[in-house]
Amino acid sequence: MASSWSLIRRSRTLIHHKKKLAFLGIGSAPTFSSSCSSPFMKRPCAASAAYINNNYSSAHHHFRFLRRFESTKAEAAQLELQHYVTDDDDNNQVIDFPGGKVAFTSEMRFVSESIQKRVPCYRVLDDNGMPMKYSNYVQISKEMAVKMYSDMVTLQTMDSIFYEVQRQGRISFYLTSMGEEAVNIASAAALSFDDIILPQYREPGVLLWRGFTLQQFVDQLFGNTSDLGKGRQMPIHYGSNKHNYFTVSSPIATQLPQAVGAAYSLKIDGKSACAVTYCGDGGTSEGDFHAGLNFAAVMDAPVIFICRNNGWAISTPVEEQFRSDGVVVKGQAYGIWSIRVDGNDALAVYSAVHTAREIAIKEKRPVLIEALTYRVGHHSTSDDSTKYRPIDEIEYWKMERNPVNRFKRWVERNGWWSDHNESELRSSVRKQLMQAIQVAEKAQKPQLSDLFNDVYDRLPSNLEEQERLLREIVKKHPEDYPSDVPL
Amino acid sequence: MATLFQGLPSSTAFSSSNKFNHAPAPTSFSERKSSIVTVRSDARWSPVLNSATHKPQRLITNAVATKADSSLASTSSKPGHELLLFEALREGLEEEMERDPCVCVMGEDVGHYGGSYKVTKGLATKFGDLRVLDTPIAENSFTGMGIGAAMTGLRPIIEGMNMGFLLLAFNQISNNCGMLHYTSGGQFKIPVVIRGPGGVGRQLGAEHSQRLESYFQSIPGIQMVACSTPYNAKGLMKAAIRSENPVILFEHVLLYNLKDRIPDEEYVLSLEEAEMVRPGEHVTILTYSRMRYHVMQAAKTLVNKGYDPEVIDIRSLKPFDLHTIGKSVKKTHRVLIVEECMRTGGIGASLTAAITENFNDDLDAPIVCLSSQDVPTPYAGTLEEWTVVQPAQIVTAVEQLCQ
Repeated sequence: MASSWSLIRRSRTLIHHKKKLAFLGIGSAPTFSSSCSSPFMKRPCAASAAYINNNYSSAHHHFRFLRRFESTKAEAAQLELQHYVTDDDDNNQVIDFPGGKVAFTSEMRFVSESIQKRVPCYRVLDDNGMPMKYSNYVQISKEMAVKMYSDMVTLQTMDSIFYEVQRQGRISFYLTSMGEEAVNIASAAALSFDDIILPQYREPGVLLWRGFTLQQFVDQLFGNTSDLGKGRQMPIHYGSNKHNYFTVSSPIATQLPQAVGAAYSLKIDGKSACAVTYCGDGGTSEGDFHAGLNFAAVMDAPVIFICRNNGWAISTPVEEQFRSDGVVVKGQAYGIWSIRVDGNDALAVYSAVHTAREIAIKEKRPVLIEALTYRVGHHSTSDDSTKYRPIDEIEYWKMERNPVNRFKRWVERNGWWSDHNESELRSSVRKQLMQAIQVAEKAQKPQLSDLFNDVYDRLPSNLEEQERLLREIVKKHPEDYPSDVPL
Repeated sequence: MATLFQGLPSSTAFSSSNKFNHAPAPTSFSERKSSIVTVRSDARWSPVLNSATHKPQRLITNAVATKADSSLASTSSKPGHELLLFEALREGLEEEMERDPCVCVMGEDVGHYGGSYKVTKGLATKFGDLRVLDTPIAENSFTGMGIGAAMTGLRPIIEGMNMGFLLLAFNQISNNCGMLHYTSGGQFKIPVVIRGPGGVGRQLGAEHSQRLESYFQSIPGIQMVACSTPYNAKGLMKAAIRSENPVILFEHVLLYNLKDRIPDEEYVLSLEEAEMVRPGEHVTILTYSRMRYHVMQAAKTLVNKGYDPEVIDIRSLKPFDLHTIGKSVKKTHRVLIVEECMRTGGIGASLTAAITENFNDDLDAPIVCLSSQDVPTPYAGTLEEWTVVQPAQIVTAVEQLCQ
């Protein structure tokens, strides 16, 4: 919606004046708890419908506009556009086209592909875990901070151990989230358990936060009989409807339009929850990214799009992925509120997601969050990233820009964590993981009938036939049939 | 196992020269007067029940049922009401939306415009534009949206303005719609209905004349049905909406204005069953959608020439109703498939393979499959006519088959 355009335009003037600018950039309606008191925040509540009808005679599309409001109850803020166009522009000549009034100019000027300065990145902690001056963020309690940090450590440990397990040939595939622990855990922490998560594949931390046990993770990796997915998907394709975490599907960005559908469903049910979906920088090139964002904006769907811009899509760096100023500027093109966040700063991610969630639910609109981060690990166990990027770059991000260490310093400085806690946690997690792996490895694989179940709600005759044939073959050649798959 | 009761469309005319009229006993009408809701039967048929309730259908001597109104001679009362096929679809849709608040429709121009073929006309006013949702033009996206909504508990009906455009949604349909119930271990179900008009129209050009059933038939996890009369259109629509599986309902552009009489009572057809259009003895003709009418027109000629074709509208494109088809093959021993799909990789190709595999011993002659050529559908009317199987070709094929 163009109203966000006008609000962002306003916020740029404020950048020159005030601190707390990052928070201003995202806080819009007076409902948000912001200590700022600029006239910008006190917008008129609603333009009357009469104003619209009087000004626009050929009102067919406007009429539909209004009718949509009645059923979807979107904020009247969107009507504000008309005010701004006629009030603000220097040119007092405006012209009417489908889509609204525009001011016209006799100067032929092409809009540049990028603004001079890149969109600034919201950050709370500096590299040493010290809160920056004037930083404005959502406060978290000690319990929350400790849980966040513990889960980040758990995720880190999980990743390194499971990676090794794959290298040892005990599982077929693995994909780490190294370097992106803050995006994973902090975003999950800012959401409620009712929010529906549609992940890409590098967000197991969100599931971890919600209570998926280490054993459940390992069972999925080994595809054994306790796997919720019944051994049907590749490793790391977790899914749990109990935790409102949609099953991972390999094709990139297909979850983005699905998130709009999930949000639409929540809206119809009147639930106070939103859909949250993740993708990477590479995923923004997919058609589904465009379509998903466009749909979310048009449908007034309460979706949060979190793009983990980690610099690499397998071997494609972002310079070769898009030519725009990252992903945050793309939101504006769709009429979506967007923010750029330091993805390695857990507090910044937490604050941004927390606020985005409020915006999405209260105002029934989508929000785009670009979390700048770095993919420390290889794309997956099928990749060796040293082939296309320098090792010292990887080391730098792994050590100096490590999000886990950075958050740890902040937590320690608050007196909430000690070295003793650290060593205890790490050894305990390691032990639990080792045990879980042992249990999972020995467990049985799903039985043969699970090859045919769940294709449909009930087994149709052609699949029954195919199962029967398969069992006959197995009976004839038992020596060729794996021993750990029960019949 | 539930009994199947297929109501009979009553707008058929009886011609006096018809010596093969298997008119059903009047008892069938009285059964129909009680409000019966057909329950979907299992894939497993019980032969005993089948013979008791599966009454042979009435003869349809007209290719297209529109001129049948004058001679409703044998129906003493006139049960039901008359409507066009697209209205039947809308009726089914409306009844299901009333019955279940989770049912919603999404697609291009379905809301205030009422749909390009008027199937959703009036529904937006009745149910609100949240439940009848107009979407921007991105088939992959609104199909994906439908899938996400279904996984969260709604039952969306996704309308493609033309089936050909749903090729853009292939990724979502194949990789997600068909798979996610399976790959999630049964945790998420996807009860979507994907529907839209397809098939060769009147000079709509190649891109608007696609037969997508051939592309989709291989996707595991989905079901496909094709409607051909107002009666089965409404019944299949309702069945598809109530199904827990993703169902693709194929409509045909040229059949939307078919007029027929359908029962007033509620009825739901089975998604996995074929429809016996005309019982016969000499040859089994398998067809679906618009080709049914070309076949029936050819049947008229064949009857005059002394042949007795058995015509089955297969309706269920995935999975095939091999029970009904098998019974027919065992009776006639000759099979002719008439389809609109292209020769290569079409429904006919799969059906030929399925029948050969299962009923090879019952065949007296190789299966003949009449399909469109492997060419894009031309715009020129004359050329277009020759890419679609015409009744004359069907007559010739039957004559050759029955030699």
